[in-house]
Amino acid sequence: MQRDYAGEVRSFVVANYLVGRDPSFSNDDSFLELGIIDSTGILELISHLESTYGIEVTDDELNPDNLDSVNRIAAYLARKSAVPASGRTSIESEAVCLR
Amino acid sequence: MCGIAGILKTDGSVPDRERLSMMTFAIAHRGPDAQGIHCDGPAGLAHARLSIIDLEGGAQPMSIADGSLSITFNGEIFNYIELREELIKKGHKFATRSDTEVILHLYQEEGEACVRRLNGQWAFAIWDSAKQSLFLSRDRLGVRPLFYTRTGDSFLFASEIKGLFANSEVPRELDLHALDQVFTFWVVVPPRTAFRDIWQLPPGHSLVFSDGALRVYEYWDVNYCADQVVSEEREKQLTEDLLNLLLDATNIRLRSDVPVGAYLSGGLDSTVITALTHRLVGDRLRTFSVSFDDKEFDESPYQREASQFLHTQHSNAQCSYDDIAAVFPAVVWHSEQPVLRTAPAPMMLLSRLVRNSGFKVVLTGEGADEILGGYDIFKETKIRQFWGKNLASPWRPLLLKRLYPYMEGIQRQSPHYLKSFFHVTDQELASPFFSHLPRWELTSKLKMLFSDAVRAELKDADSLSCLQSELPRKFLSWTGFNRAEYLEAKYLLPGYILSSQGDRMAMANAVEGRYPFLDYRVVEFAAKLPSRLKMKVLNQKYILKQACDGLIPKSIKYRYKQPYRAPDGKSFLSSASYLDEMLSPMRIEQDGIFDSRSTSALIAKFKSGRPTSVKDNMALVGILSTQLLLQQFVRHSRGPSICNATMPEKFAVS
Repeated sequence: MQRDYAGEVRSFVVANYLVGRDPSFSNDDSFLELGIIDSTGILELISHLESTYGIEVTDDELNPDNLDSVNRIAAYLARKSAVPASGRTSIESEAVCLR
Repeated sequence: MCGIAGILKTDGSVPDRERLSMMTFAIAHRGPDAQGIHCDGPAGLAHARLSIIDLEGGAQPMSIADGSLSITFNGEIFNYIELREELIKKGHKFATRSDTEVILHLYQEEGEACVRRLNGQWAFAIWDSAKQSLFLSRDRLGVRPLFYTRTGDSFLFASEIKGLFANSEVPRELDLHALDQVFTFWVVVPPRTAFRDIWQLPPGHSLVFSDGALRVYEYWDVNYCADQVVSEEREKQLTEDLLNLLLDATNIRLRSDVPVGAYLSGGLDSTVITALTHRLVGDRLRTFSVSFDDKEFDESPYQREASQFLHTQHSNAQCSYDDIAAVFPAVVWHSEQPVLRTAPAPMMLLSRLVRNSGFKVVLTGEGADEILGGYDIFKETKIRQFWGKNLASPWRPLLLKRLYPYMEGIQRQSPHYLKSFFHVTDQELASPFFSHLPRWELTSKLKMLFSDAVRAELKDADSLSCLQSELPRKFLSWTGFNRAEYLEAKYLLPGYILSSQGDRMAMANAVEGRYPFLDYRVVEFAAKLPSRLKMKVLNQKYILKQACDGLIPKSIKYRYKQPYRAPDGKSFLSSASYLDEMLSPMRIEQDGIFDSRSTSALIAKFKSGRPTSVKDNMALVGILSTQLLLQQFVRHSRGPSICNATMPEKFAVS
């Protein structure tokens, strides 16, 4: 079954940046426009995505097209999870392929 | 340095000496050497003294002219010797050698305008019985505090708000609009304070109460000059002039009948002041610093280097997370306002060290960053403006990365993100507050932690518009760089640096700070300098570095500027036994200022060990300090019940 990336990301954003407040934004709303995520918040987001989903967010991918709303992050995660993370060691990557 | 208080009865009665005594008692930490009360008709003046000049003759309140002029005075007038000579030539007769008496005679000679002649740091009240008028004044930059309020039958003033609260009829209620300002600008904008109906006399202002009417007016403000291009020769001259001015500003700040020491942080400014002092007094100078267990904040290698270079006898207060947590309730008790950083806490431990070493007076480097282009926010403003001139440039935003080389969060950003975080849009470029918008917007995010009731109450609060209405008309004629300087010097300097981090932390241990960079002659000189001499390209305090060439170690002159900071949120995680009590859902709901669920979520985030942001840290310290403020001033009327018990032993009074 497809993972509910949008639901998970939304929970993280509400808990982490809004400390439980104001869950009234839509999944397409821009984090930048709403001022939900600031410059240090971006780092927290990357660290969360990398540790939770086993991916590596490359510098090229660090842009609003990928990360500026719940749905954009969900789509990005869906794309990323379709290919093995480039940041993994070759042995880990092979292990993923073997499964 | 001292504490002052007073009562002016407005109903024709006479002030109660017992009350004056209670007001003085509430601020006795500021002046443990002697207490005095003087009543004359409807006026009562009170004083808690820390003896520094004319130990024998300087007792206060003091009167002259057959008792028709009386004063209670906190501070120092550094040019009192010159003023005294001038007044003697005009026929004034002096009974003491004190600077206090000089103010009285100068007032007698020149009236309210006398404050323009003073070079110093002061808060005083003069009762003029002939005119039946009370005159209050506060120094130009706001080094010394002065608060006042009115009750049904009295006008009351004191060096600290707790002096006013010694009167039971003075209500103790948090001012939500002040809270909104702290959670925007980091400070309360004068004349407001953190408490409703308690006012502060703004820096550079005087107040007159006579015939039942109150009049507050500005007697001084900083003014900037349009940038001019200066020749190399002129630059050399200005550099030399700055050094000579600083040397004289330091010299007159060594006027004292007790020994004077210096803070030595390891940064440029305090090292320059120590070097100038060393030039004046030689090798016998005592210096003091604070260092941190947490290496992220520690500057002790630079402090040792500066001390060795300048042959000072140096002492250090080593500060741990637990020390900060232990002293923090006392910090709030003395600050009398919410703070978003723990940085004042080590300053209180430092003043304790100074006091325990037998010193009452220290010189420090405060003010240089504000007046000579030292802060990163000036650099950031310059880069943002530069980028704003060509918003499509792919190269200009790279300068922002250079600005914060140590922040990974900035280093990895795409131009799109940088533009958004640093507010470089046409609309924001046109704002009078362009320089401070990123900081204030980030800080304003903390307000989402306010309770629903507080948010409803503040629904129409517009702190930015309020601040804009306070600005002088000339503000908009200044350059963006000068505007940023003004906002720092006018608001953050007196509202936080000189108060929560300065006067209050030093006076908690009866230590007086003196600030050569804040000599008004230096401030006025700096305001007229072209900004490119303050920041040459991106080189901060350029002219100061030129002026002190050879006087300080090269490594300190060329080191990367490290703002003074202390560990915030993590200080409270292991040992602050009061954290859970102050921030428990029940307590938060009872007090009603913050949202209990969000507060719990924030604490959980800290306790989980997940990374926390600047915003999270400001939020935790801001909520905790507000709760402590309520606990100590509103819930309990008798003071810092938890702070004395938790003062770390190693810093206890000997």
